[in-house]
Amino acid sequence: MTLVLEHVTKRFGDFTAVDDLTLSVGEGTMYGFLGANGAGKTTTFRMILGLLNANEGKITWNNKRITYATSPEIGYLPEERGLYPKMKVEDQLVFLGELRGMKKADAKSELKKWLERMEISHYATKKVEELSKGNQQKIQVIASLIHNPRLLILDEPFSGLDPVNVEMLKNAILDFRNQGATIVFSSHRMDHVEELCEQLSIIHKGKQIVSGTLRDVKRSFGKQNIRIHSDNDLSQLDSISGVTSVQKAIEGAVYQVESEHIAEALLAEALKSGPIRHFAIEEPSLQDIFIEKVGKEHA
Amino acid sequence: MREFWIIFKQAFVTKAKTKSFVITSAVMIAAIFLFANVSKIIDVVQNVTGGDSEETLQVIDTSGVLVDKLNEQFNVNEKAITVELSDKTEQELMKKVEEEKIDSFLTLALDDSNTIQANYTTMSATDFSLPSKIQDALQTIQTEMKAEELSLSGEQVQTLFLPIQFEQNNISPSAKSENELNQARVLVYVLMFVIYFAVILYSSMIATEVATEKSSRVMEILISSVSPVKHMFAKVLGIGSLGLAQIALYGIAGFIAMKTAATEIPGGFSDFFSFSDINKVTLLYAIVFFLLGYFLYATLAALLGSLVSRTEDVQQMIMPMTMLIVVAFILAASGLGNPELGYLQITSFIPFFAPLVMFLRVGMLDLPVWEPLLSIAIMLVTIFLLGWFGARVYRGGVLMYGPSRSLKDIKKAIQLGKE
Repeated sequence: MTLVLEHVTKRFGDFTAVDDLTLSVGEGTMYGFLGANGAGKTTTFRMILGLLNANEGKITWNNKRITYATSPEIGYLPEERGLYPKMKVEDQLVFLGELRGMKKADAKSELKKWLERMEISHYATKKVEELSKGNQQKIQVIASLIHNPRLLILDEPFSGLDPVNVEMLKNAILDFRNQGATIVFSSHRMDHVEELCEQLSIIHKGKQIVSGTLRDVKRSFGKQNIRIHSDNDLSQLDSISGVTSVQKAIEGAVYQVESEHIAEALLAEALKSGPIRHFAIEEPSLQDIFIEKVGKEHA
Repeated sequence: MREFWIIFKQAFVTKAKTKSFVITSAVMIAAIFLFANVSKIIDVVQNVTGGDSEETLQVIDTSGVLVDKLNEQFNVNEKAITVELSDKTEQELMKKVEEEKIDSFLTLALDDSNTIQANYTTMSATDFSLPSKIQDALQTIQTEMKAEELSLSGEQVQTLFLPIQFEQNNISPSAKSENELNQARVLVYVLMFVIYFAVILYSSMIATEVATEKSSRVMEILISSVSPVKHMFAKVLGIGSLGLAQIALYGIAGFIAMKTAATEIPGGFSDFFSFSDINKVTLLYAIVFFLLGYFLYATLAALLGSLVSRTEDVQQMIMPMTMLIVVAFILAASGLGNPELGYLQITSFIPFFAPLVMFLRVGMLDLPVWEPLLSIAIMLVTIFLLGWFGARVYRGGVLMYGPSRSLKDIKKAIQLGKE
């Protein structure tokens, strides 16, 4: 059960929304989709769901094209709230479950389980519009999971949630992955992608500018971060060749360097001005990679 | 088909359960019962407020004989009115009327040729029933007096007033008899109104529903499980069935109300429910033309609704469509008096006007069968074309967001739908 996108391109008139996108997501793995607003994430998801047709390339799920016949196997969480505001939570989830091929009775028992797990059982007979944003998002997540899909497409699942609820949802999604579901998930929260996804792509203006496993992406980035904490003035370190950027912090500074051996030079230079309290060579974060590749204005 | 019925059910049940729908239906049914019993209610109210209680009429009579004759007349026909000869002058009574101590007074006199001269004075502009009763009574008195003068017997007087026998025969093949026509006119008028309102109401309901689903983004989930085309038709059928159910409910309520009402409604309304053969055929046509009109406009409404992304823009978007229905209604209403006008024949074959205009013609005239059938066929073809076209627009329209509120977006939507 693998989702495969091969050289997928989507144009709207002169505008290329998605340009030559290739990726493959295996069973039981989670794929992270990073991109600024308007990068082409939603268009890609719509193509996966079959709402739009690609101009070039092909998209297959389990070696077959995705059609409405496969829709019971797919769960989709749209970026913006996609629920009837005036419908009761219970009715709504049963309706959406039935639409994805569930029997009414099954939908009812499943929704009960999920509402309990998300600790919102007491909202079952409330209208969606009466719920807080976070609770609406939980309902939305349940709506995408209730029919036990094998392919799950989550567009910004954690937006509008407090940390406790983010944790709750993360666990639910991880359970799903562990049961063998294939998950594609988009976010502009780098930390979530870093934590959850084995593989990822960074999309910028429709182009896939970085892709691969998290480790490969970090390794191929080359640059590393050196963190130094000191009470003394470290400004002379900024001009050392090989330092590409400096981020000042209260306790010291983080230096982005082109290669690891510059670390020694930095350490030696730092010690000249006095003792230091902390020195570490760190892996670049996805945030660093994203900013470097996409540009600061989009971070 | 399974998803189709789920959406259909959802459109029907969810809407039927909304407070506004339940309240509207309840109010309408209450209004129907109220209307059916209106004359009874008026009677009761008048008994309570005493609107029909005894009235005393002050009369100044210079002839000396008329007041007694008037009294006699009222004793026979209008027991509630008592005539009282006043000893006051006209000025005094006039003052009393001005001061609202009495409602009105009457002065009676006979002129040289023994013709009654009556003068009724009142302050109230809405005093119609008493003066007309007085006038009738005085007319009778005058007739008797004149007959006496000419020494005519009672029978001779009666022969004078014998009405002529006048019958109108229309031998045009499409015309109905005058009696039928009057009966049909009421029925057609009522049903025309029902069709007009129902089509406006339910098609704008469709447009609003679609726009709501778009603005709440639930559409994204829906059309990822069901094809937009299926969704559109399920929606149109669901709301359409809801409309039929609601109208049927009103119909049954109306029927029960008429049957149980203690009073007969004057005019054609009792005929309306007598279900003669003509009425049955007209009712059948009403259902057919309602359904056709509904599907025609609902498909158009769904198409237009799919173009907007905010419910606030719906009314503006469906404005041209609403204008079409209004024009159709005006055309049809103009033909109630004369359904044989030339432009009605033409417009009864134009799809957007046909549901009302052809219904008017078929209800009021004895048309050859091919005419309504042709009109129905034209509408069916139009509905089919519109459904096909609507589905293409809808496919893209539901994915389109942004400030779209003009018909130009149809092109954009088709483009997007193809992709």
